Amino acid sequence: MRGNLFIIILVCSLVGVTISACGTTETTSIEPQTLTIMTHDSFSISEQVLDEFQNEHNVNVRFIKSGDTGTAVNKAILAKDKPLADIFYGIDNTFLSRALAEGIFESYQSPLLADIPDEFELDQNYDALPVDFGDVCLNYDIEYFVENGLEPPATLDDLINPQFKDLVVVQNPATSSPGLAFLLATIGKYGDPGYLDYWEDLVANNVLVVNDWEVAYYQEFSRAGGSRPIVVSYGSSPPFEVIYAETPIDEPPTAAIVSDGACFRQIEFAGILSGTQNRDLAEKWIDYMLGPTFQEDIPLQMFVFPVNQNAELDETFVQFLAVPENPSFVSPEQITANRENWINDWTEVVLR
Amino acid sequence: MKLPSRTFSTEFNLRQLFTYAGLWLLPIAFLVIFYFFPLGSILQMSFSRGGAGLISPFLEAIQSESVGQILWFTIWQAALSTILTLAVGLPGAYLLARYEFRGKSLLQALSAVPFVIPTVVVAAAFYALLGPRGWLNLAAMHIFDLPTAPIQLMNTIYAILLAHIFYNTTIVLRMVGDFWSHVDPRINQAARTLGANQFTTFFRITLPIIGPAIAAAALLVFIFDFTSFGVILLLGGPRFATLEVEIYYQTISLFNLPLAAVLALLQLSCTLAMTIIYTRLTRRITQPLELRSRSFTQKKLTTWRSRFFATMIIILLFTILIAPLFALVMRSFTRLEPERGARTVESPGFTLDFYQELNINRRSSLFFVPPTTAIGISLGYASATVLLALAIGLPAAWALARHSKSPLNSFLDPLLMLPLGTSAVTLGLGFIVALNRPPFDLRASPILIPIAHTLVAFPFVVRSLTPSLHSIQPRLRQAASILGASPMQVFRAVDLPMVGRALIVAATFAFTISLGEFGASAMISRPEYPTIPIVIYRFISQPGAINYGQAMALSTILMLVAAGSMIAIERLRIADIGEF
Repeated sequence: MRGNLFIIILVCSLVGVTISACGTTETTSIEPQTLTIMTHDSFSISEQVLDEFQNEHNVNVRFIKSGDTGTAVNKAILAKDKPLADIFYGIDNTFLSRALAEGIFESYQSPLLADIPDEFELDQNYDALPVDFGDVCLNYDIEYFVENGLEPPATLDDLINPQFKDLVVVQNPATSSPGLAFLLATIGKYGDPGYLDYWEDLVANNVLVVNDWEVAYYQEFSRAGGSRPIVVSYGSSPPFEVIYAETPIDEPPTAAIVSDGACFRQIEFAGILSGTQNRDLAEKWIDYMLGPTFQEDIPLQMFVFPVNQNAELDETFVQFLAVPENPSFVSPEQITANRENWINDWTEVVLR
Repeated sequence: MKLPSRTFSTEFNLRQLFTYAGLWLLPIAFLVIFYFFPLGSILQMSFSRGGAGLISPFLEAIQSESVGQILWFTIWQAALSTILTLAVGLPGAYLLARYEFRGKSLLQALSAVPFVIPTVVVAAAFYALLGPRGWLNLAAMHIFDLPTAPIQLMNTIYAILLAHIFYNTTIVLRMVGDFWSHVDPRINQAARTLGANQFTTFFRITLPIIGPAIAAAALLVFIFDFTSFGVILLLGGPRFATLEVEIYYQTISLFNLPLAAVLALLQLSCTLAMTIIYTRLTRRITQPLELRSRSFTQKKLTTWRSRFFATMIIILLFTILIAPLFALVMRSFTRLEPERGARTVESPGFTLDFYQELNINRRSSLFFVPPTTAIGISLGYASATVLLALAIGLPAAWALARHSKSPLNSFLDPLLMLPLGTSAVTLGLGFIVALNRPPFDLRASPILIPIAHTLVAFPFVVRSLTPSLHSIQPRLRQAASILGASPMQVFRAVDLPMVGRALIVAATFAFTISLGEFGASAMISRPEYPTIPIVIYRFISQPGAINYGQAMALSTILMLVAAGSMIAIERLRIADIGEF
């Protein structure tokens, strides 16, 4: 009888051991070096694109995902005396100055920066190099407006008009990254404290606030069965609705509002973590990330877009991606300095 | 009892003392390395980074009006949720304890499923059922011809309470139901014969006997609700915040580590206070009693009244625990797009697309895993968690139960509950700060996942085991010892058979906790080995109907895996353990 118990324990431990072991058994003729990259949980890459780098430099690239962007950044900061990795990828402009102030990166002026427009290079010391960007914009459900014979909104100003009463859902900037980005868009456009007046009007127009993008986009947005036809999401959401449709469709069912000042641009950066033992390899990886192969892989893997102007986009994006020409701008320094006050004031006006 | 001589007595006690110390060795070592050390490190670092010492962040917190409000709300909603969970769970526990009926094991298995479902999926289920365009609202609007949705539940306190009941009823069903099933029904019959009515019998006889199990379940439910995070965020909306939500906001969004540390300590003190109240209370009400095998205590549903009672309870449990899950399962087979214009309750079409799509790596992503692999990984972590949690939980529970008068026990007992009441964000950062040198540089190791899961599961294991261990008559053990049995033999011959069921309950908790855990897995995950909840989250955080559908399909698979595992664990028969 007790034999059974031991067999069960044995089997279970084997399962556990196999799982913990299968990451470490890699054999090649010349022992390859290992490069470790710390990133957030949305990171993704094609197998071929990674293989190309690994084969070219005889290196094993290992990824550590450390939660959402904010969590990953905080972890990198707290681990700066004994870094977990050689590279950190995925810090955005809302967290950038926190990390720069902590000095977690080593400066590296990659030659590929020549192909990247200056507007993305927010860190003039080149501790953090821009890799990709995504715009947080309002999306609307096209069919709703056709069915109801309404003109969809075109600017932020439109949203406070009576015909858009009860129609908008946004995220809480305290808990959601697109929520914060949209708040920053209104701050960039209306200034401080002008943005608070704007939000007062939105509240009067019965704007709905939820905590997360998932609830806003997949539950409250009319496109997913909810009752609100206007939602804060990404500029890229409409083309992805085509790519990831249930049944193939020719046109996006949603559209993004990209007029001047209506969107906020999130730029993601990568940097070499201070104290790396693999500086040469780390530089090569940064160059690779900024080069066309990786840059062209970005959109379909991570739903954001390349900063390298030589990177070519997939046909669907060329056709359906609306990129704002003049997104709203708030500098990383201002964001870090005022984040708490802005969110507190917003909370007072919108949630109390 | 007269002992033969004085020398025998001291020798005996010395041996007891060694056994006792030996029992605590492993649990304490585990908690010190993987709990107290990381927690202490992050708290210390937080205060030193603040540069303002210990006092000023405390003053900041105490003087802040919002912290007071948050603390009050956290306690209030947890207390109310616990009471409601007990109200739903206790009748169910009685049914499962006293009656044998067809489909009982299925009901038991299904009732455990909510426990493993990630909150983001539960939010989807609640919306599908109760949201502004949920089935209930659509049906009501259709039947009564209403222009707007009559049920406005989302983003209210009711959604929070309902979700807490949905998640935690299984704790009451298992902990109380199992203990109750071993209580000799003849005690009640004797009371009735002596003239007590049903009411008196319940309050004077039954309640004191099952009290410790109810208290243990209530404590766990309370702490779970008290540290609630995902439910508050996703179903309560932005107007509600618990301490845990505020700690996340202060830590991640504002990087105000000193204030976050104060809040984390506040949360811990509340957990500790609750646990001390619990320990005091149970010490007073716990008494050894003879446990009976279930074949002895359970009867069939023969009378009209018992059948009616059983039906009502099963309907209640189904409505609260299973209906939301059913909504998810339906959604995973439903195509919405073609019929979109005229969408009503009955329009959507049946599809298997979402399931087929799960096996396709369309983007040839490096981190793609097919569902079978994710199932394997989840089961692997869950098995490792069961082993680890039992290996450290059983000795701890045993030491607690057998030496209940020892002062060390009264000190250690409340401490064991602390991991459950600790902010996941704080502890996650603690791992990064503390576990950074060999042999414990585990910051990027997959082993950290079962360890983190064990920290949550360990209090459950201890609490599931102690009521049964406590109730073993000490004279049985003494008799065995006097007859020459070693402590190990006493354990095998006396304790193990009697706590066998409780052991299975404990294993079930450890297993389900690991299977459904999201926060820790996401924070320390090696992307090559994602658990099912992690893969679900990957899908649901991306735009596109097929991604959402895949999240629903994988959630359905997770439910099947959970229910299947529950049934398998129920059937386990180890050394007659399951039979008792």
